[in-house]
Amino acid sequence: MLKLLAHRVALSIPLVLLVSVVVFALESLVPGDPARTILGENATPEGIAALHQQMGLDQPWLERYWHWLSGLFHGDLGASLFTGDAVTSELNARLGVTVSLVLCCVLVSAVAGTALGMFSAIRGGPAARVVDVLSLTGLALPNFWVAIVLVALFAVKIRLFPATGYVPLAESPGHWLRSLVLPVIALSLFGVTAVAKQARDATLEVQDTDYIRVLRGNGVAESRIVLKHMLRNAAIPVVTVLGVVAVSMLSGTVFVEGVFVLPGLGSLATQATTDHDLPVILGIGVYFTVVVIILNLLVDLAYGMLNPKVRAS
Amino acid sequence: MTTLPEPAPRPAANAANTGLVRSVLRSPRGAIVVAFLVVLILACALAPLIAPYDPLAQHLSAVRSGPSGGYWLGTDSLGRDLLSRLLHGGRSSLLGVLEAVVTLLIVALPTGLLAGYLGGTFDRIAMRVAEVVMSVPVVIILLAVLSIFNHSMTSAMIAFGVLGSSGLMRVIRGAALTAREELYVTAAELMGLSRLQVVVRHVLPRCRGAIIIQASLFAAVTLGVQTGLTFLSLGPPPPAATWGGMVADAASVFNQDAWMLVPPGATIALTVLAFGLLGDVVRDVSAEKYAAAPASRRKRRTGTPETAGRPEPATDMLLSVRDLSVATDGERPLTLLDAVGFDIAAGETVGLVGESGSGKTMTARAVIGLLPGNCQITSGRVVFDGSPVQDLDQRAFRKLRGRRIAMISQEPMAALDPSFRIGSLVAEVVRAVDGIKGKAAHARAIELLRMVEIPDPEAVARRFPHQISGGMAQRVAIAMAIAGRPELLIADEPTTALDVTVQAEILDLLRSLQQQNNMAILLVTHDWGVVADVCTKVVVMYAGQVVETAPAGAVFDRPAHPYTRALLLSSPENTHIGERIQAIPGSVPTPQRWPAGCRFASRCDLAQPGCTEGAIPVKDISEGRLSRCLRVDTLLGGEARR
Repeated sequence: MLKLLAHRVALSIPLVLLVSVVVFALESLVPGDPARTILGENATPEGIAALHQQMGLDQPWLERYWHWLSGLFHGDLGASLFTGDAVTSELNARLGVTVSLVLCCVLVSAVAGTALGMFSAIRGGPAARVVDVLSLTGLALPNFWVAIVLVALFAVKIRLFPATGYVPLAESPGHWLRSLVLPVIALSLFGVTAVAKQARDATLEVQDTDYIRVLRGNGVAESRIVLKHMLRNAAIPVVTVLGVVAVSMLSGTVFVEGVFVLPGLGSLATQATTDHDLPVILGIGVYFTVVVIILNLLVDLAYGMLNPKVRAS
Repeated sequence: MTTLPEPAPRPAANAANTGLVRSVLRSPRGAIVVAFLVVLILACALAPLIAPYDPLAQHLSAVRSGPSGGYWLGTDSLGRDLLSRLLHGGRSSLLGVLEAVVTLLIVALPTGLLAGYLGGTFDRIAMRVAEVVMSVPVVIILLAVLSIFNHSMTSAMIAFGVLGSSGLMRVIRGAALTAREELYVTAAELMGLSRLQVVVRHVLPRCRGAIIIQASLFAAVTLGVQTGLTFLSLGPPPPAATWGGMVADAASVFNQDAWMLVPPGATIALTVLAFGLLGDVVRDVSAEKYAAAPASRRKRRTGTPETAGRPEPATDMLLSVRDLSVATDGERPLTLLDAVGFDIAAGETVGLVGESGSGKTMTARAVIGLLPGNCQITSGRVVFDGSPVQDLDQRAFRKLRGRRIAMISQEPMAALDPSFRIGSLVAEVVRAVDGIKGKAAHARAIELLRMVEIPDPEAVARRFPHQISGGMAQRVAIAMAIAGRPELLIADEPTTALDVTVQAEILDLLRSLQQQNNMAILLVTHDWGVVADVCTKVVVMYAGQVVETAPAGAVFDRPAHPYTRALLLSSPENTHIGERIQAIPGSVPTPQRWPAGCRFASRCDLAQPGCTEGAIPVKDISEGRLSRCLRVDTLLGGEARR
């Protein structure tokens, strides 16, 4: 167990480095002047010179990278090229939104996906086919499109939920939840279907094991077999796919947050890309990477708790 | 979005890969998917020629017109024709997918092949890098690339291909690893082909199915991301037509006109679906081609109802099985058990003996109502304690299980749920059969563990199944089975997986438990030693039929069926040191190949022409002895005894 966690932490350091190195290297490789790209065609030579100064473009990229990296260790990710604010303070203000969104999505995917998958495996027949069709649609429909349709249906046509905006949890838990319902549905669709697929396969496999047969053969009630023994054993592969799902959710926030005007990291990333605001994008990259690492650690912990063989070793 | 790690498909054999495309096209799903993709790609490629309007031309007289004769899919809020915009927009989307997939192949193919084929340091580094890349939040890198390269979608798609390649690389590496072990690859190396030649000629073709599957799934994911980026207007700047951009246009006016969401949404969804399904179809086709050609199924032949003179279930028996037939479901049902019959008296131990494939386990599972999902009882009766149980549904059967009929299985380790502690598992059954919970159930569980002679039951109760030995696990399984004080215990090869010394202990335990509780045991085994040790009666099965029934004492001296005799001779106990074990030539015919006459005839040294002519009836030889052999008189006459 400890070994597993140590392995995960050891992998996380190259992960942070990889993301940032790639961005810095690309920036130096790109032909032409980055400052001109950022400021556009109508930039004045003075403006470009000032930006050069600000971005440190007169230094070689390795040096600039080193500068950025040493800043990172002091919790300094530079300043936004656009607003001039410190990147960390801008990101910290938005982190809560994205984390709430992703955590809710992971939760929904885990619960709904497992329920659907197990239902499909145990029932079989037409019920299973309905779940299959639902999963295919869930995988095929783009989440931003679903987001718009949800707003159109449940915020505009039937005014069930707010169309846009975010209320922090500390302010009003009820409104916080209401503001998240539609975004979570839109973003979870992929997760639910991916988990359902995994849960179904796992359940089918568990169903055919000796130990389930022995429990049945010795008179244990079907409900106990399904809810305790099948669920517990099918949960192990489900947890591993949850890690992958969580990473994809994080990416998904970029597409969905904008639709619901949620002030999170995803919508900021879109804005920063439009503005060519590299320090902010890099900062978000670091934040996302750290969130991914934490999510993976959580998955490993859950895996270890569910699987006694890992826990014991 | 990130690609899900797909389970690696089983590598198809080299020859099976030829004609993959043809098989895909021949399956209905494959034909539809490929046709859709071809039409879509052609239509988008030829958009400048076939699109009804210029995608940028504004028809202000027909703003948001909805589908009509002039505008098949309607127009947007500037009066631009949606169909023309879809066709033109598809160009950038499909081109993006192509760029990403080509990049994916360029990166993943060589690294995967080399990692799998060369192994060593290169492999270790490549796998480590792949593991790291798998957890990269891909979208952020794409956004950085778009920002640096001034919204160049091509750069973003190439970056996406590079970042997505770790999944395919792993799959190819796996395939290359297996290919490396194949004889023909070794042979090619010995013939002096260079490594590159071996890889290109022999290893690469093996991976073709896997590559197509992964690439098409990746294409589906890429299209989602590409349209997402254009939706955020991070691709070609407006007013250029893009699929994502059309969704964004529709989003801004959905209050007035919801229709505009439909054409781009449906197009994106259908295209993603087509890519995804293409992967599925290729996977199914490769799996089918890999699986051995199905054995030709002859017409089903069932024997005559057995037990001449005793067609009715015995009423004085604890369990009485008559004419029990089991077949698979489906259009061509396959008979697995053919008119099986036997009796078990209260407190008696009956051995069910035969080679693998004779139907022993299937019989045992039919008795306890736990046939595999695709099998069912087609005829016959199973009478337990005077009442028929063969038609009971699962709910009614559950009332019998545990309390009156219980079971233990062959692999003690596999029989215990690995996720729960021993104590909790036994208590689970206690709860089911005694209706008690919590501390009381736990106390009873400890008592049961003590009854099966487990030393220090409290400590064992706290362990997980993987922390105890096989013999111990079988004791735990027995504890679970006797929790409800059953009258009949079905024991499917309870000692096969155990060491010889442990075997004897488990048999002793079963015997003493049986005497304490007057419990009958149906003991499935292929071990004559076990039969001699504990059984009072023997039922010998062959190819889904009972061929002999006899008291255990009699069968060893005078087997009444050539199969029984052959089984006894092949048993290691009957072989002296230095002698060759007299294995039975041939093997049990599979249900597809059951002959009309005696099913053992082809392996029998007493067979004569009459044996293969028709179904062999069961003969009553003497009190308690039945044989399904025409030549039983010759056999028992001593002439054939060795």
